[in-house]
Amino acid sequence: MSITEIQFQAQTVESAPEQAIQGRSQWQLTWRRLRSDRVAVGSVVVILIVAICAIIAPVFAALTGHPVDQEYPNTGWTLQGLPVGPMTHGFLLGTDSQARDLIVRIAYGARISLFVGISTTFVATLAGVTIGMISGYFGGGVDAVLARFIDAVLAFPFIVLALSLAAVFGPSLTIVLVVITFFSWAGISRVVRGQTLSIKEKEYIEAARSLGAGPWRIMFIDILPNLMAPVLVLATLSIPAAIVFEATLSYLGLGIQLPTPSWGNMLADAQNDFQVAWWYLLFPALALLITTLAFNLLGDGVRDAMDPRTERIFAAASGRRGRRKRRRVTPIDVLSDPAQPTLGGPA
Amino acid sequence: MSETGNRDIASAARLEAELWDDDVLVSVENLVKYYPIRGGGIISRTIGQVQAVDGVSLVVRRGQTLGLVGETGCGKSTLARCIAGLFQVTSGRILFEGRDITNLSRRQMQPFRREIQMIFQDPYGSLNPRRRVGSIIGDPFTVHKTASGAQRKRAVQELMERVGLNPEHYNRFPAEFSGGQRQRIGVARALALRPKLIICDEPVSALDVSIQAQVLNLLADLQDDFGLTYLFIAHDLEVVRHVSHSVSVMYLGKIAEQGLKNDVYDSARHPYTAALLSAAPAADPNAAAQRQRILLTGDVPSPVNPPSGCRFHTRCPKAQSLCGEQEPVLEAKAGDPANHLTACHFPVQAGEQLARAAGRDQR
Repeated sequence: MSITEIQFQAQTVESAPEQAIQGRSQWQLTWRRLRSDRVAVGSVVVILIVAICAIIAPVFAALTGHPVDQEYPNTGWTLQGLPVGPMTHGFLLGTDSQARDLIVRIAYGARISLFVGISTTFVATLAGVTIGMISGYFGGGVDAVLARFIDAVLAFPFIVLALSLAAVFGPSLTIVLVVITFFSWAGISRVVRGQTLSIKEKEYIEAARSLGAGPWRIMFIDILPNLMAPVLVLATLSIPAAIVFEATLSYLGLGIQLPTPSWGNMLADAQNDFQVAWWYLLFPALALLITTLAFNLLGDGVRDAMDPRTERIFAAASGRRGRRKRRRVTPIDVLSDPAQPTLGGPA
Repeated sequence: MSETGNRDIASAARLEAELWDDDVLVSVENLVKYYPIRGGGIISRTIGQVQAVDGVSLVVRRGQTLGLVGETGCGKSTLARCIAGLFQVTSGRILFEGRDITNLSRRQMQPFRREIQMIFQDPYGSLNPRRRVGSIIGDPFTVHKTASGAQRKRAVQELMERVGLNPEHYNRFPAEFSGGQRQRIGVARALALRPKLIICDEPVSALDVSIQAQVLNLLADLQDDFGLTYLFIAHDLEVVRHVSHSVSVMYLGKIAEQGLKNDVYDSARHPYTAALLSAAPAADPNAAAQRQRILLTGDVPSPVNPPSGCRFHTRCPKAQSLCGEQEPVLEAKAGDPANHLTACHFPVQAGEQLARAAGRDQR
C-alpha cells in the first residue's frame, strides 16, 4: 500500500461522520438504563427538590418573612409557651420550642445535611479510591500496612472518637466533617483494593506494562475506569450514610450546635416537646427519612444500571416490567455493554 | 514456506561456526525463573520453588521466527514474559542486540520496550473493556510520547488500516469486535512503535481455525513489510511449522530439542518431540491412518518437584535407569547439523518405532 493511498484513506476517515461510528460508552449505557428506571428517576427528582430547598433556603425565609433564627414568642407560641401547630399564624409546618418557623429551619437543615453528605463523600471517595488502588496495586509491604490501617479504621468505635474529639476541640461542623470523612473512606478503600487485586492480574494490565506504562498511569488510566461502577454505587450509598451520621452526631450534641439548625439537633430538641408538638419531631424526621431514602434508592438504581445482571433489592413490579421491555426493544444495549465487574453487594 | 526453509538451512550453515554474530537479535542464556511458594504460618517464608523455567538458552535471529512449543505449563509463557521484561529473572541473561536487558529497572527498560512488543493469547482479556480502541492502540504513542493529538489519531488509523480493521471504528469499545478483530487490535498495538521483536504468546490459540489463518497471514505480511522478528509461542504444531524458521520444544521448564524447522519436524530426535508430532492431527487421512501414535502415559509432573535426571524420563517410552540419574546435555547428536540440539541420552534413530515401545511399556 502506497503512502498516498494511506493518506487518502486517512482523509476520508477524517471526513466521515464521527457520530455514526461512536461506540456507546459505559456512561451512556448506564444513563439510558437509569433514565428508564422510574424509582431512580423519582429519587433524583426528590433529591433535586431537597437540593433546591437547601439552595433557596434564604428565599424561604424571605417569602415567609421569618428569618431562620428569629423567635416569634407572640405568634409562634401558645399561651402556655408551647409551639404552635402547622398552618397557624402563617407557620406552614408550625414552630419549634423557641417559637421559630419550622419550615425555614428544615430548609436550612437541608443545607447542612447535603453539604456534609456530599463533601464528606467526595473527599472520602477520593481518599478511598487512591488508598485502595495503591494498596491493591503495589501489594507487598505497602498493602500490608494500608490494609491493616483500613481494617483498624473499620474496627474503630466512631462514636468514641467523635466524643473525645468534641470534648477536646468543642463540637463544630469541622469536627463533624473530619470524623465522617475519616470513617467513610475505609469501606470504599476495601472494595477498591479487592477490585484492584483482581483487575491487576488481567492481561490488559500486563499489556500496558509491556508498553512501558508506569504504575500511576496503569492505576489511573487502565484500572480506574474499571472501578468506576462499584465506586459510583458506593459513593451514592455513602451520601445518605454520611447524612445519617451527621444527624446522629448532632442529635448526640457532638455535631452542629443550636441555634444553627440541623435535622439531627432539631430531633434532639424535639424530644422534649413531641408529646405536645408532634410536628416538631415529625417534619425534621420526615425530611431526614425522605432524603436518605431517595439517595439509597438512587444508589440502588445506579447499581442496577451499571450492572444489569444484579437483581434490585426493592424491585417494583413496574420497574421489572419496564426493564424487561427495554431489553427486548434494544438487545444491542446488552450485547454492546462492556464486561462489568460484579458488585459484591451494598456497602 | 519451503523456499524460506532452504534459505534458512543455507544461512544457518554459514552462521553455525560463530554463534555470536550480527544476525542474532535476542539471545537467552541459561535463563532460570523460579516462583517462590510462600507459606508457614504467620510469618511467611519460602517453602518451595515452582521451577517454571530452568536453564533455557535460545537465540532468535533477526527477521526470522522462532517457534516455541510445549504443553500447557511447560514455561513457554513465563519465558516470553521474562524476555519482554515483565518478570524478574531468577538467574541467567537476556541479551537484546548484544546488550544485557536482564532485570532492568522500569526506566532502564523503557528504550527496549519500544523494540520488544507482545501479542497476547486472550483477545478478550488483553484489551481494556473500558477504553476505546483508538485509545488502546494509541497507548504506545502516549506512553513513549512519540505522537499526540491529531498526529496520534492519524497514526492509529493508519495502523488499524494496516492490520485490516476499519479505521472508522476508532471510537468503538473492544466488546464491539469479534475475536479475530480484537486480535488485530492487539497486533496493531504491538506494531505501533515499529518494534524489532514481537513476542507472540499463543496469538491464535483462542481463535477459530479460519480466523487463525487470517491472523497468521497478517503476521507473515507484517514480518515481510517491516522486517519483524517473532518469538512465536504455540502448542499447535502445525501453526508453528507454518510460521517458524526454527523451533524449540520445551518440556517442564527445559528445552528438549531445538533446531531448524525441517530438522525438528522431519527427524525429531527427542522422544518427547516425536510424541508431540505423532499426536498432531494430520490433514491427509491416508497419512493419518498409517501413522503410529505414541501414547504418553501419566500427567506432566509438577514443576515444584520435577523428576530427577531427564525431566521427561517418567513418561518416556525409551527411558532407562540412566535417564533418572543423569541430566542429559542439550547437544547436537551424531549425524545432526550443528544447530539441531537434543537433550536426550537415547535419541530417536531414523525409522525407529516408538509407538511399539510405548505400547509394550503400558502392558
